Parts: sequence; C-alpha cells; structure tokens
Amino acid sequence: MQLDDLYRRVIMDHYQRPRNRGKLAGDAVTVELNNPSCGDRITLQMDLSSDGIVRDVKFEGEGCSISMASASMMTDAIKGKHLEDALEMAQDFSSMMKGDYKEFDYEDIESLSGVSKFPARIRCATLAWNALRKGAEQRQTKA
Amino acid sequence: MDIARIRDQFPILKQEIHGHPLVYLDSAATSQKPAAVIEAIREYYEHSNSNVHRGVHTLGSRATEAYEGAREKIAKFIGAPQPETVIFTRGTTSAINLVAHGYARIVLQPGDEIVLTMLEHHSNLIPWQQAAKAAGAKLKYVPLQQDGTIRIEDLDAVVTERTKIVAMTHASNVMGTVNPIKEAARIAHKHGAKIVVDGAQSAPHMSIDVQDLDCDFFAFSGHKMCGPTGIGVLYGKKELLEQMEPVEFGGEMIDHVDLHESTWKELPWKFEGGTPIIAGAVGLAAAVDFLEEIGMDNIRRHEQQIVNYAMDELAKVPDLKIYGPKERSGLITFNLGNIHPHDVATVLDSEGVAVRAGHHCCQPLMRWLGVAATARASFYLYNNEEDVDRLVKALLKTKEYFGHAIG
Repeated sequence: MQLDDLYRRVIMDHYQRPRNRGKLAGDAVTVELNNPSCGDRITLQMDLSSDGIVRDVKFEGEGCSISMASASMMTDAIKGKHLEDALEMAQDFSSMMKGDYKEFDYEDIESLSGVSKFPARIRCATLAWNALRKGAEQRQTKA
Repeated sequence: MDIARIRDQFPILKQEIHGHPLVYLDSAATSQKPAAVIEAIREYYEHSNSNVHRGVHTLGSRATEAYEGAREKIAKFIGAPQPETVIFTRGTTSAINLVAHGYARIVLQPGDEIVLTMLEHHSNLIPWQQAAKAAGAKLKYVPLQQDGTIRIEDLDAVVTERTKIVAMTHASNVMGTVNPIKEAARIAHKHGAKIVVDGAQSAPHMSIDVQDLDCDFFAFSGHKMCGPTGIGVLYGKKELLEQMEPVEFGGEMIDHVDLHESTWKELPWKFEGGTPIIAGAVGLAAAVDFLEEIGMDNIRRHEQQIVNYAMDELAKVPDLKIYGPKERSGLITFNLGNIHPHDVATVLDSEGVAVRAGHHCCQPLMRWLGVAATARASFYLYNNEEDVDRLVKALLKTKEYFGHAIG
C-alpha cells in the first residue's frame, strides 16, 4: 500500500489552497450534500447561463483532504464549461474511481486516480461530483 | 489475565494488513470473535439446526433447548430475575425501537416529556424523536459538562412530573463517559418516569446487574461482546413487558388465531414473531461463556490498564487532542492537529492499525464538540500494550507524513 498513490502533492495543494471556496451572491443553483456515513458535507453553488454555461461556481464544506481537494478541482474544471460537458466529466470521474484510466483537460483531476485503490475513500472523492449531478437535476426540474 | 492466551483464541488477529500484523482498535464498532463462538455456531448448524418451539422431532427439541438455554444464560449474565424478561432482538437499535414503539407509544400523552442526554448514539435518539412526534410529546436534554460527563443534579432539574421516559447511554461510544445509571434510575423513578438504558458499550466491558441498577429497560448487542452480528437483547421489567403490545405480528408469537381476532403468546415470545435468530442466540451464549470464564471484572480491569497506558503514551504525540473525561471506559476519541480523521485513519490503516473515523453515529454530540468528525481507538480484552505502542508510532508517522503539507 503506497500512501503516495493517494496523497499526491497536487492534491495536498488543492486541500491547502482550495480554489473557488466561498459563496455566490444572487440566484445560483445551490446544492447541499453530505456523506451520512462519515459527516463530510459540501454546499455547491453554480451560476448558470440560460444556455447552460457554468458562468461561476463556488463551494463550501467540511471534510478530509480527498473530498475537499476533489471539490476544488471539480469547480475549477467546470468553470466556463457547458453543464453537459461537466456531467460528462463527472461520468469519466466515476469511471476513474472504478480503476479505468481517464484523461482530463484539467489535468489535476488525474492525480485522484489513486483513490480507486482505497475503496473506503472513493465516496470522499465523489462527494463534490455527486453535488454537481444533483445541481444539474435541480435545474432540469426547475426548467 | 493471560493476554497472549486470549489473543490466541481470536483467529482474525493472526493476519497481516498491508504487511503489518493487524492491530484491531475498533471493538466499540464491533468486537472480534473467539474460535469458541465460531465453533458453537458451526456445531449448531451441523448437529442441531431446526426450527424452534414446534418440531416434534429430535432436532426441533435440540434447537429449542439451545435457544431457550441461551436466553437463561444471558438472563443470568445481566442479573435478570426471570429468563422471560430477556427478549431477543436484532441488536441494540431494534431493542430500543421495540421500547419506543411498544411501550412509549402506549404511555405518552401530548405534552409529556422524554429526557435524553447529549451523549446519545443515533439509535437511542431517533426512536425517541419519532415516538415524541407521534404522541405530541417533547424531547429534553441533560446538558454536558466540559469533560463530557453529566451531573446528576442537572438530570434532577430536567426531569419533571411530565417526564415519562429517561433514555440514557450507560457508556458513551464517543466520550467514554460511564453514566451513573443507578442514581439516574432513582431520579427517574422519583418523578414517576421509566429509565431505558443503552448498554451497547457497557455490557461487553463490565459486569451488569439490571436489578441492582434498577433500570426498567436495558438494551445491548451481541456483536460488540464477542458474539455474532444480528442478535441483541432487550431486558425489561416483567410488569412493563406485560403491558406492552407486540410490534411484529405473525407466526411464533400467537396464542389463538381467528379470522378476525388473535391473541398473543406470553412473555417473551409475544415479541419474537417469525423464526427467531436461533444460531445468533447460540453464538451469543457461547460468547457469554467465553467472557464469564475470563471474568467481567478482570476484563474491565484489563481495559482500564490499557486505556490508562494509552492515555500516558498518547500524551507524547504532539497536537493530539483527546475528548472526554479522565475516568472513562476502554476507548479514546481524538483528533490529530488539523489532519482530518479520515486521513489519519487511512495512514493508520497503511500501518496495519484499524481505528474508526467519522461522526460515530453521534451528530449532535459532534456539533457540541465543535468538530465534524473524530478518530477513535477502542480497546477490548485482546488488546495489549504493544497495540498501543503501534498506534502511537503510526500517529507519529501520520504527523510526519502530513506535517509538511498541513502542519
């Protein structure tokens, strides 16, 4: 078991200096999600244009290095992207957690590939991505 | 107590995790099982397996004897006056739910009160929330002292004539606090309330005498005391159990069945609808034999020695914060600097040390502590000082590993 597979330098960097941490003002799609088995929680806010572009995104939360680093990367990666592309990325992320090799335009995300070797930690890594999915569903029901 | 000999009886401890001998410090979640328990279950399935209370054949008698024999043994183990005051359940959670449905709902009136402590596990909290909602009753909480203990005078101040139930853990699964149940029972009874005790973290670790404690209900789980999962016990005073209606209806629990009306068997069977957890009861009886041979007082003393040693050794780990009182049961809940407990538990696991990380099914208590989660090392009769040394070493490694990243 190699701890360094899990805790890459880039992950620790996102954990220590999270990108897009904070709150959005105004009428943003807001999702609160927690991991009931361990207490990790995230609030994700997305400002979406009428044609589905993620104009801005912020998150707040509490959790371990993996869950918070993953949220930092996810928010950075989807900013400026179409929601459909963001959801596709979420799909790729799920595949990566199952051990499939995936490439991401936002390369930092690939540093989380080692999480797939730590089954107990996969749900930490996927929390932010699940919040993204839930946000997309919310928007759909509204529209 | 010969710990080497005791350890030798737990097959699971003889393995390596990530190249290190396993150090199992998560017995508060579930204990490991000695060979005698595993063997008793195998023996039951190989020689006696049958349904109970109905087979005329030989196996039916054997299974019934084994199941009812287990009840008698467990009744003695907790000092219950009659075997029929011991109801088999799936565990502590279903035992407390049985009281919350079967008893609370028949006695609670709108405006009545249920008194809890801030220490309660979700399993001794949510059943009461639901019962209170259904009856229009309200929940009240005994406040905690800074060290995670409760003061009996605070309980006395919270309990009123409207209080019908006091529900309290015997030993906290987070803080290690051991509550003064005997005094709490006296206060409850003084105000005409009944006391329900969550014994999940006490029955495995100390001698229990439900009559001496004078508790009205006492719930515990088999799997935390060397027994199998899926079996637990609700003890109740006989007159209270008799007042209670069954919660599950079906086979095994009936006396006379008509097309439109039925009547129930007597205690304890009216609460045990369906084919009961026979092999579980057999396994739990074997666990009780195992524990009694060592002696509950010896187990308690050993755990105290280990936890005291651990408190001394953990004091040497920089930035380690320990929660809970000085006098505690055999567990230590902690956080290591700013390192999230999941990250701590992952590094410890890589060193072969198994601890729990999370909210420990105590979200309100975590909020009271002002943390989202904690790590917890819990000890049992098979743990030794070497386990503590390995924990300390692994914590120092964690500190070093994250030192540069988080500090």
